[in-house]
Amino acid sequence: MNGPQDLGGQMGFGPVAPEKDEPYFHADWERRALGVTLAAGAMGAWNIDESRHARESLHPADYYASSYYQIWIKALEVLLKRHGFVSEHDLAAGRAVDATATPKRVLKAENVSAVLAKGGPCDRPVAMPALFKAGDLVRTKNFNPTGHTRLPRYARGKQGTIEAVREGFVFPDSNAHGQGENPQWVYTVVFDGAEIWGEGADTTLTVSIDAWESYLEPA
Amino acid sequence: MSHDHDHDNELDPFAARVRALETILTEKGLIDPAAIDVIVDTYETKIGPRNGAKVVAKAWVDLEFAAWLKRDATAAIASLSYTGRQGEHMQAVFNSEATHNLVVCTLCSCYPWSVLGLPPVWYKAPPYRSRAVIDPRGVLEEFGLTLPAATKIRVWDSTAELRYLVVPMRPEGTEGWSEERLAELVTRDAMIGTGLAKEPA
Repeated sequence: MNGPQDLGGQMGFGPVAPEKDEPYFHADWERRALGVTLAAGAMGAWNIDESRHARESLHPADYYASSYYQIWIKALEVLLKRHGFVSEHDLAAGRAVDATATPKRVLKAENVSAVLAKGGPCDRPVAMPALFKAGDLVRTKNFNPTGHTRLPRYARGKQGTIEAVREGFVFPDSNAHGQGENPQWVYTVVFDGAEIWGEGADTTLTVSIDAWESYLEPA
Repeated sequence: MSHDHDHDNELDPFAARVRALETILTEKGLIDPAAIDVIVDTYETKIGPRNGAKVVAKAWVDLEFAAWLKRDATAAIASLSYTGRQGEHMQAVFNSEATHNLVVCTLCSCYPWSVLGLPPVWYKAPPYRSRAVIDPRGVLEEFGLTLPAATKIRVWDSTAELRYLVVPMRPEGTEGWSEERLAELVTRDAMIGTGLAKEPA
């Protein structure tokens, strides 16, 4: 979706403000926000693509006014409600009022290390051979899907070169919506700065994205 | 000044919101607060850019490891026991005199947690995410880094599940240094591409 998350090339946000010796957390609630988000995700009710889509579906004014941990928590509330774990009554009361859906699993302290060390690999076998090979010229599709996609607006309808054939990866555009993993080949596609930004582009710049095969057409 | 509020009202509204959510989920048996403590401790004290610095320092002194890191970063990094969440599929990109690499996630905040830990606030915020792909030199200036005009800049937008680790160039004057000593020169920003490795003091 052409949502607030799709930031590449937008203007007006001001300078980057790196903080010297930045701590990992700026308030104790950020610690709990990280932990609650990961622990709730470990219930297995939604996947990473659905959670990303919940974050980018926040109203743009809300998204831009929120810190990243705030975005996480706001999206987490949406996911918990959608999957029947938390109700508006619960949130209004600040305690458990309504019954809950049954999770697939609950992450226990003794299992955290193993779960984090395992992560969530998203490589999958793909039945068809890769359509493109390194060196091929391709053009990204020009589309504007209303659902989740990982093809940023700045890189749509642009000609680039396949630099590397990666692996078969879960396709986020369907997986985010409960429509299956439908793995596809993923490629690193590199574009000249001028192809993307046109007049006045930095002539020393190239930008790459990692693109699922269905985002690409032969150029 | 009035002090008729209860203790919870001393929390800022968002802290109260997070506490309420944790309370609800705990009361329903959906999360284990002790698990949250372990998660926080892991990312606050165990996983951070020291991991990545060790990978880079090893690549500087061990050409065979560097070649492996270039070819199959996931396996090479796993050989040092750095694996897991947001590092499942790794790619190392090597700076050279000709090309400087810079990593961003314009669409969210994808970052190689297994080697760099949790991302800094600026990495997740709109100024960096919007400008890294269109004005990388301007962004680097804000980090105090001015690249030669002829240096090519390659920006890697982490749009899929590959996570990128920049291997900065080894500073001159470090011949014969141990991996441990070299790792001290490798900053988090150098491994994102917003900085270079530190010069030896």
